Amino acid sequence: MAKIKIPTPLRAYTGGNAEIAVQGETVGAALNDLTTQFPELRQHIFENDQLRNFVNVFIGEEDIRYRDGLNTDLDADDNMRIIPSIAGGR
Amino acid sequence: MQATMTRIDPQQVTLTHDEVMRYSRHLIMPEVGVAGQKKLKAASVLLIGTGGLGSPLALYLAAAGIGRIGLVDYDVVDESNLQRQVIHYTSDVGKLKLDSAAAKMADINPYLIIDKHNTPLTSENALDILKDYDVIIDGTDNFPTRYLVNDACVMLGKPNVYGSIFRFEGQLTVFDAKQGPCYRCMFPEPPPPGLVPSCAEGGVLGILPGTIGTLQATEAIKLILGVGKPMIGRMLLYDALEMTFDTIKVRKNPACPVCGEHPTITELIDYEMFCGVPAHDRSDYKVKGAGAGVRGITVLDLKAREDAGEQPYILDVREPHELEISVIPGSHNIPKGQVVARAAEIPRDREVVVQCKTGIRSQDSIIMLQKLGFTNLVNLKGGINAWAREVDSSLPIY
Repeated sequence: MAKIKIPTPLRAYTGGNAEIAVQGETVGAALNDLTTQFPELRQHIFENDQLRNFVNVFIGEEDIRYRDGLNTDLDADDNMRIIPSIAGGR
Repeated sequence: MQATMTRIDPQQVTLTHDEVMRYSRHLIMPEVGVAGQKKLKAASVLLIGTGGLGSPLALYLAAAGIGRIGLVDYDVVDESNLQRQVIHYTSDVGKLKLDSAAAKMADINPYLIIDKHNTPLTSENALDILKDYDVIIDGTDNFPTRYLVNDACVMLGKPNVYGSIFRFEGQLTVFDAKQGPCYRCMFPEPPPPGLVPSCAEGGVLGILPGTIGTLQATEAIKLILGVGKPMIGRMLLYDALEMTFDTIKVRKNPACPVCGEHPTITELIDYEMFCGVPAHDRSDYKVKGAGAGVRGITVLDLKAREDAGEQPYILDVREPHELEISVIPGSHNIPKGQVVARAAEIPRDREVVVQCKTGIRSQDSIIMLQKLGFTNLVNLKGGINAWAREVDSSLPIY
């Protein structure tokens, strides 16, 4: 199963888990599996089944926006991550 | 890499004997040498924020021999800053951060010129302040100022050494739209208000800004010297708990509204409206839209009602570990991340006062619960810290 690394701001919705194993042959299917496991996460990732604009999903070091977006093929050993928008500095 | 990127020609700069002694560990490295040290002395760097990230930045850049450093801040040193803002000492509490930081920097390096900009950075003053510096370093703490700094840097053609932190996580990159992506290429839109808490609400490991700020200082020095591989088009992701440093690619978006092929944003905009949150605590921006539908109650009004014999239901949406710091007697705890799932536990037939540390998470919780049909929720303005300040001085403020 592929893994998704969850950023700190979203861990409140994954029971504190930093990494979740997900099933799916595409990025979209894997994110659907993730939000089925953690329904409260869905509104923070999707808007009308599209990725919300501030959500950055990477496979390895590549942004899926520059691959096939939610249709990007996913291998079982892929490591996905959601890159959070964080602004702290003080 | 261009030979020199400073506004002052490094070849016109001289080093005194004292400076040669001071910088000898730089001068004996071929990557710096006398020529490189002159580049540093010719350089001007603007630090936006003299807090967590700004502290190590200011200390190391002053020590390294940067010729002129500008500081932008309007805040005063507060006790809760001292856990991480290492340029400020206990004896500085109450002083302007600018004065506190400048005193340390001048003591570290008397050759340094320091410009103090005692103001919040705004759309009105940003271009004017930034234009006089070679490298801009973003050490601010909120989304509106992040987008403002980005757009101003793109418009002025300046590199923006970016670092940001949250709890145990840090990010580092260099946005230089002349050679690579800008902040908006990576983050086209800010997250909705409330999703990503500030460090004041969500906390930050005290050492984390030290790590990220020191890395920002390193990138700034590399840019000025023109050595090594700058973090342009790459972002470093630091996880202090896992102790991992991962690098991802950041690509330039040809459709970017600021640095793309056909920019639609060609002058600075209202960034508070864009992000839906105030940029600083002196802002008169009021959260519009979502927050407008939330009723509030002051701590004094709540106390008066309790004194009159009412027993309002108080819902505390902080994390369980925060209850060890302070708690309003009789309150019921459901953390913000669980309020929707545990909504059945919240009464609907009487008024519920929702409370957190400062009133931000409680407002977010009310907005989420209103979508489930709750109409009986009021937000405790200022949270338990206001309660501690105005009602019950036996409680600590955090």
